[in-house]
Amino acid sequence: MLGRIYALVIKEFLALLKDKRSRIVLIGPPLIQLMVFGYAATFDLKNVPFAVYNEDRGVESRELLAAFDGSPSFSRVAQIMREGEIAPLIDGRQVLMVVHAGPDFSANLLGGKPASLQVIVDGRNSNTAMLAINDVRDIVERFNRDWMKQHGNSQPPAHIETRAWFNPNLESRWFFVPGIVGILTLLVTMLVTALSVAREREQGTFDQLLVTPLRPVEILIGKTLPGFIIGLAEASLIVLAAVFWFKVPLLGSLSTLYTGIVLFLLSGVGVGLMISSFAATQQQGLLGAFIFMVPAIILSGFATPIRNMPQLVQDITLLDPMRYFLLVLRGVFLEGMPFHLLIPQFWPMALIGIAAFSIAGWLFRHRMY
Amino acid sequence: MSRDTHAGSSRMRLRGLIRKEFLQIMRDPSSIAIAFLMPVFLLLLFGYGVSLDSEHVPVALVVEQPGVDAAEFAAAFHQSRYFETAVYPSTKDAEQAMMAGRVNAIVVLRQDFAQQLRRKDGAPIQLIVNGVDANTARIVSGYVQGAWGKWLEHYALQRGLQLEVPVQMEQRVWFNSELRSRNFLVPGLVAIIMTLIGALLTAMVMAREWERGTMEALLVTPLSMSEVIIGKLVPYFILGMGGLVLAVGMALFLFEVPLRGSLWVLFAASALFLVTALGMGLLISTVARSQFVAGMVALIATFLPAFLLSGFIFDIGSMPGVVQAITHLIAARYYVAILQTVFLAGNVWSVILPNVLGLVILASVFLGVTWRKSRKRLE
Repeated sequence: MLGRIYALVIKEFLALLKDKRSRIVLIGPPLIQLMVFGYAATFDLKNVPFAVYNEDRGVESRELLAAFDGSPSFSRVAQIMREGEIAPLIDGRQVLMVVHAGPDFSANLLGGKPASLQVIVDGRNSNTAMLAINDVRDIVERFNRDWMKQHGNSQPPAHIETRAWFNPNLESRWFFVPGIVGILTLLVTMLVTALSVAREREQGTFDQLLVTPLRPVEILIGKTLPGFIIGLAEASLIVLAAVFWFKVPLLGSLSTLYTGIVLFLLSGVGVGLMISSFAATQQQGLLGAFIFMVPAIILSGFATPIRNMPQLVQDITLLDPMRYFLLVLRGVFLEGMPFHLLIPQFWPMALIGIAAFSIAGWLFRHRMY
Repeated sequence: MSRDTHAGSSRMRLRGLIRKEFLQIMRDPSSIAIAFLMPVFLLLLFGYGVSLDSEHVPVALVVEQPGVDAAEFAAAFHQSRYFETAVYPSTKDAEQAMMAGRVNAIVVLRQDFAQQLRRKDGAPIQLIVNGVDANTARIVSGYVQGAWGKWLEHYALQRGLQLEVPVQMEQRVWFNSELRSRNFLVPGLVAIIMTLIGALLTAMVMAREWERGTMEALLVTPLSMSEVIIGKLVPYFILGMGGLVLAVGMALFLFEVPLRGSLWVLFAASALFLVTALGMGLLISTVARSQFVAGMVALIATFLPAFLLSGFIFDIGSMPGVVQAITHLIAARYYVAILQTVFLAGNVWSVILPNVLGLVILASVFLGVTWRKSRKRLE
């Protein structure tokens, strides 16, 4: 039995790697994508272009506006003189925001009246707008605190001291890079498995495989191993890059991490084979791969929290192996979660894997054309 | 032979090819599923599912010494729709809840909160956020600041104190004043979904002809290569536009995204984008030559780049220069910019025209390379 499986595995590897194009496609892009996406996926604003509209002649407003120039989030690209200049700048996306100090800014500030600083933000991407507003608020708060200290004003009766666990500087890259590990691992398993059975069906070689002494279980194992091995190798490479290139801290143990990777690969390969054995043509296989992969990624909590979704969609995400894998990745990387706390994430992945494999094996036999 | 009959026969040949392509589409219904079911299914799922608006964030409020002041402060949290507040007696319990992921932040009022309020330095309120999801952590910390500000006003008002705020920030958000994330996510999703559909529809078609040897059969007919490409493009363009109309209709009527620009700009830009996306599919298909490789390339080159590099969710301006340069190769980037502007801001030509130009360049590159590769590489 082992010999037969071995032969099938060798054949599968040959089918994948013999063609130069498919070899390139399998190895190059995931690594390139890790580099590109690792830098692209961030919610930390950098050099967001803004314009200053300062009607005030005092030193104070200039001092406050100088604080914007010191922030890495913003970069001043324009200085405007009239209100009419605001709209074209924002409409044309030349600046994301305009900071406006009125003519009585300094006078109010010195006279003990609240001086207002107006911030006009482009809300077309409301998340970026919100982040910019938060950064402006931080700058203003810091200015206020310094001002009150210098001028001996009474402090407010209470103030907030913020600390962030697990990610003290709130670098969003630490959050996204482990997520990209998950996404690319899923991509690789789909690449290897989603078309593998469909291709054989389309070319008619699958029927030949079925009349050999190989039992469906053996075919299943033979089809699984290449995806599993390639997925494991690429996942390891990506983890290495995350740790040594992107410097994301890996606090938890490798064995816990690999338990998660292995279980996720099993569920991913299982779903891939299930799709593939359901498809009659490669086009259908590709369609199936997309219909699984796209929601699996968008609803996994990779970019938008699952908690924000309506209950029905949250329930649907329970079927998504990525959802569990992301919690494992982020937990192990950033929080150093021990094995036993992650068991609630491990078993659903195993369950999805087993279910998918059973269906795939059944389809081998019962879906004939 | 007069030019008239030549043009006439070309039209007839083209019609024949398009008819054949339509027949093929009808036989394998997956193309129709891609064009009509996929946009509906994906837009429903994501339109409702994807949101960056955090409400009811679970927060642990630790009150070490219950009292009037602490209760007043807690009230500001209970009233806010942004929080789902659970009160804990000790920091340790709250920390455990955060470790287990039950709460996202902890607000601690120490034992001497009431006394410290009356001192000159004021009372420190400790806020611990779970920084794993840095974005949510920032949003939550902003919400806590807001609740604190509300409480401060209330506190001062009740005691007749003068609250001194040197500089007050006044924010005005244009185009999306409530910062409803769905308004920008839904147009972005339309772009991503159309990228998928465009590429999926055509990624296999040229490769299939090569693989089955029918491409050679096509080449010995009087059809020129441009005619073959047009013949492949037209049926899928019609299918894709059908899907697009569905998607835009859902965005407008189901998700109630405001359309401030004009409908014809929207459809003209969409048609152009669809040609670009279909062209990318044809190019993949032509270069790959086998359906297997074409399928793999389509998986790699379409969804993830459109998702991460289009500005759909991550701000392109904040990416490093090299990555920003790479985003120029992604057709969805231009389309997302056009869609977000036409939907939310209006017909702003200074945004639309450069992005249209980008799409035109990409489309001509994709189709031009397809044309050349098909001609040259007859083995």
